[in-house]
Amino acid sequence: MPFSLNDEMMREIIIDHYKNPRNKEEINDNRYITIHMDSASCIDDIYLQVLIIDNKIEDMKWHGTGCTISLASTSILSTMIKDMSVDDADSLINSFNEFLLGHDESEEKLKELYAFKNVNRQPSRITCANISFRGLKEALEEYQKNEK
Amino acid sequence: MNLGKNIRQDFPMYNENGKYKNVPLHYLDNSATTFKPYPVIKAINNYNYHMTCNAHRGDYTLAYDVSSAFEKARSEIASFINAKNEEIIFTSSTTMSLNELAYMLEDTLLEGDEVVISKQEHASNVLPWFNLKKRKGIEIKYVDIESDGNILPSKLEKVMSSKTKIVSLASVSNVLGYPLDVKALAKVAHDNNAIYIADAAQSIAHNKTDVKDLDVDFLCFSGHKMLGPTGIGVLYGKIDSLKRLDPVFLGGEMNARFYSDSTYTLADIPLRFEAGTQNIAGVLGLAAACSYLNKIGFENISYHELKLKKHLIELLRQNNDVVIYNELSPSGIITFNVKDVFSQDVASYLSTYGIYVRTGTHCAKLLPEVIEADTTIRASLYIYNDIDDVDELATRLKSAKEDYLNAFFSK
Repeated sequence: MPFSLNDEMMREIIIDHYKNPRNKEEINDNRYITIHMDSASCIDDIYLQVLIIDNKIEDMKWHGTGCTISLASTSILSTMIKDMSVDDADSLINSFNEFLLGHDESEEKLKELYAFKNVNRQPSRITCANISFRGLKEALEEYQKNEK
Repeated sequence: MNLGKNIRQDFPMYNENGKYKNVPLHYLDNSATTFKPYPVIKAINNYNYHMTCNAHRGDYTLAYDVSSAFEKARSEIASFINAKNEEIIFTSSTTMSLNELAYMLEDTLLEGDEVVISKQEHASNVLPWFNLKKRKGIEIKYVDIESDGNILPSKLEKVMSSKTKIVSLASVSNVLGYPLDVKALAKVAHDNNAIYIADAAQSIAHNKTDVKDLDVDFLCFSGHKMLGPTGIGVLYGKIDSLKRLDPVFLGGEMNARFYSDSTYTLADIPLRFEAGTQNIAGVLGLAAACSYLNKIGFENISYHELKLKKHLIELLRQNNDVVIYNELSPSGIITFNVKDVFSQDVASYLSTYGIYVRTGTHCAKLLPEVIEADTTIRASLYIYNDIDDVDELATRLKSAKEDYLNAFFSK
């Protein structure tokens, strides 16, 4: 069911994920694809670890440091993509990128990611909001390359 | 002379009633780059509007006039740091000056020779030496820095060895902002038969630079951090030191003759180090910046910056959420954090009030090993800043901890 978030709810979602990050854990398992995202700016330094089996995302863990926006979006992403197919994850990445640029995307698909609706009020922070999405994209590409 | 608000009319960035996109402009990122006053813009435009042609290449009147203006500008820039004309080599920036220098010095170094830098250096005074380590097998040594960012000659003496060939230090760190005693440090280098390179990127606009008095072998700076244009920088070298170096960039105007047997001869210094068409508008703009700064005077600049810094520190001390890292360093750089809020989040919040500060590691990525803060917020002051800027910063920082996400959500 579609739901509408007001500013206060969006703020609460972001603060909640920032203060109580989900799936924040360093994994020592070489089946996971590890991507290090530290080139976006001087500051963010985030590791994503993604386990993909038979075109399905079995798990995503992450660790590192960054701003509220980058860490909250990473946490939310980690809760959303478990059990998603590679294609669906790819579609989510594309939708979220379009959404950050100000294009309409369905609330139903974006779920808590809808909280980042206003990030483009500070255009320089769009790269913070999608840092782990760019990392996930790299992980998906690496998986597909390995599968060939 | 009254600086601050009184000279904002010289800077077109303040033309829109002192606002940017309808928000009052509190530009506090002067260590990154500075605004340009009208005389600088006029000098650049004058070249583009009224006297465009190449320098040092033509026999016609216009070419003669441009060559004369270019060399007159070189002479003004040389006087600005008390150098000889031929000791001024134009580059595109401090970064380019340091890289070019590292390449030119390569032939003077042997495997196992040592280069001394510090952990507060900017990337451009670290990575060219790392690269030289890779290419040539030199060693990098770090001189200890004090907690306020100062580097004591006695500490430099400690890391010097018979293998030390180069000491290269920022005269003012772009993070902690402590002005070093360059003269004393250069003496330590010379007493140990090493050369001294001053990275003056952060000092050139704030303190009087006299290369003779400092007795440095090389000194690098950028135009844009001292009210000049981007894309122009200077590599100063003592004439005797320059004579020992071979150019790394080859091409037009740096050679005298070349022959089909692959031999060539060099043009005189400094032209041999300036291959290709130079940034002529940039050189003319930089000379105009030197003249503008001379008119204001470095005593006034320093007095103004320190007065504002003192005022800001007093205000920030009343805020228990703010941690200041360089309270005592006598320069216009204030580096701090808001407890429990990520630096970039604070900067976004401040940005909504037109307060423009820098966050991160400020390209000094070894410094977190020393000051125990991964990232920091830096406010850097200059001559057009005034009490309104620092008051607004201090006021907004009071509510930063509670309100920082207001940058994205109305409350």
